[in-house]
Amino acid sequence: MSATTMWIVLGATSALCFVIKLLGYLIPERWLGDARLQRINALIPISLLSALVVAEGVVVKTHVVIDHRLAGLGVALVALFARAPFPVVVVAAAATSALVYHLH
Amino acid sequence: MRDSLSVAVTVGTYGVAFGAASVAAGFSVLQSCLFSLLAFTGASQFAAVGVVASGGAAAGAIAAAALLGTRNTLYGIQMAPLLKVRGVRRVVAAQITIDESTGVALSQAPRGVAAMREGFWITGTGVFIFWNIFTLLGALGAKALGNPASWGLDAAVPAAFLGLLWPRLRTNFLRVVAVASMVFAIVVTPLLPAGLPIITTVVVAVIFGWRSR
Repeated sequence: MSATTMWIVLGATSALCFVIKLLGYLIPERWLGDARLQRINALIPISLLSALVVAEGVVVKTHVVIDHRLAGLGVALVALFARAPFPVVVVAAAATSALVYHLH
Repeated sequence: MRDSLSVAVTVGTYGVAFGAASVAAGFSVLQSCLFSLLAFTGASQFAAVGVVASGGAAAGAIAAAALLGTRNTLYGIQMAPLLKVRGVRRVVAAQITIDESTGVALSQAPRGVAAMREGFWITGTGVFIFWNIFTLLGALGAKALGNPASWGLDAAVPAAFLGLLWPRLRTNFLRVVAVASMVFAIVVTPLLPAGLPIITTVVVAVIFGWRSR
């Protein structure tokens, strides 16, 4: 991705995220009262975050690749089950992944 | 007040992970900081840099961030009648309308409208301050470290997404949606251009949300 494109991503993301927030203060409540729309909207973060775990954890370009990152993710999963706080989860994943990366 | 500040500090520290992820994706320290100042909605920011890191197109990154940001519209609809803001104050209120400020405000409902407003403003401003400071620290840290894989940064990013996802999986239904989304993303990865599998996973949310349960 070129430098210009990255600025476009930054600018457009920032502008859109703000407009989306402001919309809530401008539109009448009944417009978004539809129950189906609310159910779908509540599920979107779960679907997108799940996809991002996959895309960042086990994908290189358009291929599924199992490497050191998956070891880190596995440790993150164990830490989350053990109710570890967010920073511990992230650092444990990074440390494990780096270890596996250097052992190879 | 104490609730607001503890939330602000805890959430703000997530900013380290964002700053690091953003630099690992190829954004500069300045761009990473601008993301947190201007976009200021964690999951959307992570999504935008995540799609860029996975080699996706600009449109995919922007669309993923926008879709993750739509819940802030619903928060604004709930906060508007409570805050009754106009002009500049409305713009400021909108910018700090996020999961945490709305959550703390709603949790103060038993203590009355004044406590709800206080919860919103203090939490929103507090998270804004800490989120931006820690973004800078994370970005500078990642820049100093160099090769992301060598320090495990490339695994820290998906782990951060997993950490953001985890507290949302409160029911078995939501866990099924998460697993279905992951399977869907894996299946479509070889079939679509890089970055697109992320945004197309919205289909799973639509399918599961279509029927009432």
